[in-house]
Amino acid sequence: MSGGMGIGASAPRSEDRRFITGRGRYVDDINLRSQQYAWFVRSPHPHAELRGIDAGQALGMPGVTAVLTGADLEADGIGPLPVAWGITSVDGSPAVEPEFPALATGRVRYVGNPVAVVIAETRAAARDAAEAVNVHYEELDSVSNAVAAMEEGAPRIHEAAEGNLCFNWEWLPSVMAPDAKANTEKALKEAAHLVSLELVNNRLVPNAMEPRASLADFNSATGQLTLYTTSQNPHVNRLLLCTATLRMPEHKVRVVAPDVGGGFGSKIYHYAEELAVCWASRRLGVPVKWTAERSESFLGDAQGRDHLTRVELALDAEARFTALRVDTIANLGSYVSTFGAAIPTVFYAPMLAGVYKTPNIYVTVKGVFTNTTPTDAYRGAGRPEACYLIERIVDEAAAQLGMDPAEIRRRNFIQPDEFPYQSPVGQLYDSGEFEGCLDLAMEINGYAGFDERRKQSEARGRLRGRGMSFYIEACGAAPSQAAGQLGARAGLYEVATVRVHPTGVVQVMTGTHSHGQSHETTFAQIVADRLGVDFSNVEIVHGDTGEVPFGMGTYASRSLAVGGSALVKALDKVVDKGRKIAAHLLEAAAGDIEFGDGQFRVAGTDRQVAFGDVALAAYVPHNYPLQELEPGLEETSFFDPENFTFPSGCYICEVEVDPETGVVEIRDFAAADDFGNIINPMVVEGQVHGGLAQGIGQALMEHCRYTPEGQLLTGSYMDYCMPRADDLPSFKVATRCTPTSFNPLGVKGCGEAGAIGAPPAIINAVLDALRPLGVRHIDMPATPNAVWWAIEAARSGE
Amino acid sequence: MDVQVSFTLNGKTVSAAASSATLLVDLLRNRFGLTGTHVGCDTSQCGACVVHVDGASVKSCTMLAAQVDGCAVDTIEGLSGDGELHPLQQAFHEHHALQCGFCTPGMIMSAADLLKRNPRPSELEVRDWLEGNMCRCTGYHNIVKAVRAAAGAMGEEGS
Amino acid sequence: MREFNYYRAGSVRDAAKRLAAGGNAMLLAGGMTLLPALKMRFNQPSELIDLAGINELKGIKLSRKGAHIGAATTHVEVAGNVELRAAVPVLSQVAESIGDPQVRNRGTLGGSVANNDPAADYPAAALGLGATIITNKRKISADNFFVGMFETALNAGEVVTEVLFPLPQRAGYAKFPNPATRYALVGVCVAQFKSGVRVAVTGAGSSVHRLEDFEEALERDFSPGALEGIPVSAANLNDDMHASAEYRAQLVGVMARRAVAMALD
Repeated sequence: MSGGMGIGASAPRSEDRRFITGRGRYVDDINLRSQQYAWFVRSPHPHAELRGIDAGQALGMPGVTAVLTGADLEADGIGPLPVAWGITSVDGSPAVEPEFPALATGRVRYVGNPVAVVIAETRAAARDAAEAVNVHYEELDSVSNAVAAMEEGAPRIHEAAEGNLCFNWEWLPSVMAPDAKANTEKALKEAAHLVSLELVNNRLVPNAMEPRASLADFNSATGQLTLYTTSQNPHVNRLLLCTATLRMPEHKVRVVAPDVGGGFGSKIYHYAEELAVCWASRRLGVPVKWTAERSESFLGDAQGRDHLTRVELALDAEARFTALRVDTIANLGSYVSTFGAAIPTVFYAPMLAGVYKTPNIYVTVKGVFTNTTPTDAYRGAGRPEACYLIERIVDEAAAQLGMDPAEIRRRNFIQPDEFPYQSPVGQLYDSGEFEGCLDLAMEINGYAGFDERRKQSEARGRLRGRGMSFYIEACGAAPSQAAGQLGARAGLYEVATVRVHPTGVVQVMTGTHSHGQSHETTFAQIVADRLGVDFSNVEIVHGDTGEVPFGMGTYASRSLAVGGSALVKALDKVVDKGRKIAAHLLEAAAGDIEFGDGQFRVAGTDRQVAFGDVALAAYVPHNYPLQELEPGLEETSFFDPENFTFPSGCYICEVEVDPETGVVEIRDFAAADDFGNIINPMVVEGQVHGGLAQGIGQALMEHCRYTPEGQLLTGSYMDYCMPRADDLPSFKVATRCTPTSFNPLGVKGCGEAGAIGAPPAIINAVLDALRPLGVRHIDMPATPNAVWWAIEAARSGE
Repeated sequence: MDVQVSFTLNGKTVSAAASSATLLVDLLRNRFGLTGTHVGCDTSQCGACVVHVDGASVKSCTMLAAQVDGCAVDTIEGLSGDGELHPLQQAFHEHHALQCGFCTPGMIMSAADLLKRNPRPSELEVRDWLEGNMCRCTGYHNIVKAVRAAAGAMGEEGS
Repeated sequence: MREFNYYRAGSVRDAAKRLAAGGNAMLLAGGMTLLPALKMRFNQPSELIDLAGINELKGIKLSRKGAHIGAATTHVEVAGNVELRAAVPVLSQVAESIGDPQVRNRGTLGGSVANNDPAADYPAAALGLGATIITNKRKISADNFFVGMFETALNAGEVVTEVLFPLPQRAGYAKFPNPATRYALVGVCVAQFKSGVRVAVTGAGSSVHRLEDFEEALERDFSPGALEGIPVSAANLNDDMHASAEYRAQLVGVMARRAVAMALD
């Protein structure tokens, strides 16, 4: 009855047709009558006092309507860009959250910091005029590296942040676990083996292929503002616009995120540009559009990662982990972005147990301001950083002890009969079969044949290496109460409305947003499966605050686990009501009505009524229990999960290194994931592929680099190295399933897995290849240049 | 200055006046409303804007509108005739070769040029050819699969 | 991009006349380097003279002197020419290694040599094969043509019309692409003639240049092994975030040996 496209089917996607025929509708595809264009004047300096802005010449140029500055913003009472998650330091003080105005006032603190916005009749005119705005800067000393920013005498970026420290944070906090620090130190002291590493997690630029864009349309007659914007979570944007920045009543603001060309975290936030076009449209009474050029995205989109970590692992004589101590310095950039303080702390430290039974763990994180673009969530967000250091140090321990990397992991895994497992860093894992996943990955990799393959590579002058990683991550953000205790300033539930039309076709209004995740297909599969209606008779509506109930959007692999669960609950309500209507139509007791295959049936009889007929009766209530039931068939449910979900998986990677050039080529990539139940295997595989590609990019190619002073060196695809088709292999992916108990679908989330698990597997493989040459360490990205230098250094005995 | 251009667009003769600095992609998107051709970068690298000019794939962000005077320009909107999907479009759908869809039109137009020149490309040849088209969602795995599947389907059709 | 006058030239003479007319006119061939530069507002020409309509600039011809390739011939035309591939396979290899398919569909030989980007591929082929660059005014040997970074011997008002590549006994081009741009981080063209061996390297320094030490060694023994142990100084090589000067020096040696191996293959 589901048209063969129920839960578990690899249904080809409903959303594809518009994209493959060029009829998608992205923000920049939308044009409104009389619309004008915004172009931002951005700081060319990493750090400077703003001494004056002269817009006289720009205002005189043809087609120019206005030049607006931070002073205008202040005069209009526009609030600073909000921070949505607060963090508390060890000493109980809150993190320093300097005001982040959409247009700089007083000082600029990073290259690209918006200083003014030009509004003009054409984009070209706005751009020309922006070049003519004369900004008087008085340059200040500046710093881009977090360690350098903490040194004495470093330029101070914010008055309130001494030593450029935003926070000094520990996990678990001593109030929750008074002995964690002492116990960890004791175990490190008493270790039979102690392994330590200093690891860099390289800064990345998310680079969704669609650059950000916003089109604001304020109607002065109705007082209604409509904003079309590239967002992963339009209701969050509306909330922040209405409460923090523009300060308008929510019912007067509609935010539409139409087709959105990828996000990966970078389109979660309420950015300066979208605020500025809303404000400009309200001021000027015309629609105002801004579309980023890619070079602006490199300056203005929140960036990811950028950690420096010292990690120590203690092992006993049997190679069992006894303690882990982690000391991280996180580069937050010039301001605290929306979730900028939460990512390197509460999205990071609670995952540092990994899949291992390490009894003692203690973590400190220092968040540091620098003269760089702010950092925030990027695919994986905190969890890749955690996984990288665990899986690197576990591999290092295996190498130092001369153990097989698989064996050391097996010896320390949490076992299936130990769930629920309370980790020492605060997570309650409910499920997983880590050895099973490891075995599956080894099987699809062909683990036993490696030595032979290594010989073949050697015969061709290549060094072959094999690397393994085992990740676990927390998805499905989030249980709102727990998040609130950890500093979240918003709820993290999700919502769905199921609207059954009189003919029995179904619309779902979901609070999640699909920008590549395939919700229009997978959510429809759930409906088809649960209601027994044909898949093609289901439509998923998302991305428009005017149409969908207040939901929190899509990030942290939450859509199915949280949003899908809300949908299931709403469907249950629809079936419950339908059962009552059917009971009336069939003249039976509601308790005797069964529902299956799209039919309501009196149990044990052949008396039945089809779902569509029940829907019709609900809207044409001639024969209907009006005394007991309202007409109509539309239900809404909110779902707030009791816990995160914990997908896990094992990745094995084989690389070949050309020792003459340092080139690393991936020869085999095997991924065995446990995502719990799966709605659409083809879509899940696609999510894994994409995550792996970004993980490979981080490990081998991508690196957002600044000069020590904060000039961006990688400001376009000419310098920022994006993975292309000929850089990547085909992937071997497989799944195992241990369903989660934390949501009704038993699903865990799959969007970030690849980006989390891939980097350590690759670096472990590169080191495995290079160890015979004496190379013991390499940081990401392992570019040809870096690999060659590592080999050279080992050869010369450095 | 404005230049007058006349050309064939998806099989129909059209003409337009455009400023000398107008890029082909802007002419297509803004003058003709063909918004299936996208702009993903400003350094001529991402390939979201690939269209065909006289049958060859080009980056429409790196051609002036003025340069197509007298040429035949084909965009993603013109690829499927009579509502029937082109084998590449069909294969992209069947093999889940797109997620957010932003790179897809350029990717398909580029692949269409490949299949004209090389009807049976190997995996390596497909990967090499697509070096001018970036995708951030799919890891290219399913794109490569789809292009090869389309080649197979077109081969059968032709035989 | 700022506005300019767009002019479609009907002949080389016409183009040269416009070019010499003053102002800041520039020639537009494939536009694969020029248009991105204009988009970034690096240049501000008063006029672009489009060479696309000039048939005399197109075509590939083989003679006893060598391969004559019209300046407006695209990379894809060079890569796909069967006779040329048989006579000088290295030229097909070079053309195939440039940019991506869309660049090869538009980009031209003349545009590439006239621009003399320090990381472009064709200058290595032209210098490595000892080509002659023919303009509307004169013939210039590659040794004299490539002067420095983005600098050639071309005078104002001069238009490249053809490049004549002598036919080597064997030749190879090995390229190590910049992982981001796909330009040459280092590209080495090695060509053996009866008269001797020529080795040209692009991407490594401020401009394409020859490697005399390598040429001498290969004249004694045309094999990859002959280049082992010849030091390459990093002193004047490019140093950037993708490749340090020392790493480039290493690549020069490796790519040269691989180019020789390709020539012998």
